[in-house]
Amino acid sequence: MSVAPAEVLPGVRAAEGGAGGEAALGPRARLWPSLAAVYRAQLSRARIARIPLLFVATFQSIGIMIMMRGVVDGGGDARSVVAGASVLVVAYVGLNLLAQYFGQLRGSGGLDHYATLPVPAAAVVLGAAGAYASFTVPGTVLTAVFGCALFGLPLAHLWVLAAVIPLSGAALSGLGAALGLLAPRPELATLLGQLGMSAALLLGVLPAHRMPEAIQVVRDLLPSTYGVEAFARTFGGHPDWPSVLGDLAVCAAVGAASLALATWAYRRAAVR
Amino acid sequence: MCAVRGLTKTYPAVRGRRGAPGTPEVRATDDVRLDVRRGEVFGLLGPNGAGKSTLVRQLTGLMRPDRGSVEILGHDIVRHPERAARILAYLGQESTALDELTVSLAAETTGRLRGLELRQARTERDAVLEELGLTPIAGRPLKKLSGGQRRLACFAAALMGERPLLVLDEPTTGMDPVARRAVWAAVDRRRAERGTTVLLVTHNVIEAETVLDRVAVLDRGRVIACDTPAGLKERVAGEVRVELVWREQAPLEVPEVAALRARAVESGRRWSLRMAPEEARAAVATVTGGAAFAALDDFTLATPSLEDVYLALGGSTQGLVKA
Repeated sequence: MSVAPAEVLPGVRAAEGGAGGEAALGPRARLWPSLAAVYRAQLSRARIARIPLLFVATFQSIGIMIMMRGVVDGGGDARSVVAGASVLVVAYVGLNLLAQYFGQLRGSGGLDHYATLPVPAAAVVLGAAGAYASFTVPGTVLTAVFGCALFGLPLAHLWVLAAVIPLSGAALSGLGAALGLLAPRPELATLLGQLGMSAALLLGVLPAHRMPEAIQVVRDLLPSTYGVEAFARTFGGHPDWPSVLGDLAVCAAVGAASLALATWAYRRAAVR
Repeated sequence: MCAVRGLTKTYPAVRGRRGAPGTPEVRATDDVRLDVRRGEVFGLLGPNGAGKSTLVRQLTGLMRPDRGSVEILGHDIVRHPERAARILAYLGQESTALDELTVSLAAETTGRLRGLELRQARTERDAVLEELGLTPIAGRPLKKLSGGQRRLACFAAALMGERPLLVLDEPTTGMDPVARRAVWAAVDRRRAERGTTVLLVTHNVIEAETVLDRVAVLDRGRVIACDTPAGLKERVAGEVRVELVWREQAPLEVPEVAALRARAVESGRRWSLRMAPEEARAAVATVTGGAAFAALDDFTLATPSLEDVYLALGGSTQGLVKA
């Protein structure tokens, strides 16, 4: 209920008097603080959506490894199975779930909330992508450790996951965010995310040398492949470190490109 | 404060696909002109589909108009839509961006994204949650709250970072009277202390009559009237509203009742009539005496509301809520 007539409010006359003058704008949210705020907020969602964000992908990957144990005995194939299943966790959460999330946010009008805040587009996209990449850490590590135990692979170079997760996380979640924000309808975003994840599953987990040549080309186009390759190389006695670095560099480049694409897609989706 | 001139937005026609009929071109806002003064609570009233939300989305920089200008505090929002976020706070109808956050984190994050420092955001968050009575549920995720509580939490987020203009799209939907009072008390405090302006979208006539300083009535994308609620009601001051509720059915065998039927808007057993005071007296005398009274369940005689204004102005649909 309005008790005070507009005329007696403080500063009303002064403001009306300054005809033509532009009022001072509120502050702009700076990139890093707002990125941190978005990241923290997104990360907290894991408390409420724990099962889909943290557990489903891990169970899926562990299940696939147990299945593959019947077919693959060890050696090079076992390495790609374990590496593929580990990176699959990143693909499931970063690509599939993030595409779904942004697709739903865009479809339901939830993007309006961010679009009416003075926050840089990159902060929203990087904050969400970073959080989704973080959700994959426990699952990926658990899958890798379980896989090594299952196939009798050495755990010595598992530390390389500290580079594999963030870099393939950047590539896959950037792609997921871009797909979710570009898809005209939320169902399409879900479908594209699922397809991307299925590709990562089939092309990443199954040993490459058994595939037809055409499929191998597709496999080379998929960013998750380079994360898988980098990780798989480190199971050997004397890993080929330059190749590992090369693979990780591809992940990083794809990550930078796809996150830039996602930021552009966010700007496009925010104002219609 | 906020000047809108010739604002027009047309949604293109959608061609029908197999099974689904196409929709024709819709002019969602049609040459809208508005002036909102600083410190007032200005309302946009109209039924669903009148173009309120589309208009608001253009004022908040979320949608580009086809034609026309929007100027807020001297800033051209059509040319610089990104400036809107630094002038106004917007409470939309959707809460999906905040649904999985706790009430406390939703407010804090929104404050941070409006450019507040961490400490400042936390202080302001605590104050706003306390003011709105949300402190006891601060740790609960929005998703787990009732519709009204969730709406109140989103309103709390909109108050963070103190903007001179609050754009609220049906803020009190689903709220109980306590929460509604908290909303209007918070709005009034900001008006009195800082001269905050409020642009309110509503289809609730009772709310419109009680909280608005001025109201623009929208119908099919056009502003069909703009005045104070009292000023608008004066336009139909010569009329009163008679509501009749029949027990089972109207006693049409009584000639006076049969004559009234032609002027009544019927909905089930309820008849609603707008008429001059003398006519209303005669009508009430008829139905409360004689044969008609036996069939009468209830009747009311009321001065006109904004809904009557809306209908008298030629509003095309009946979609306003009285609650």
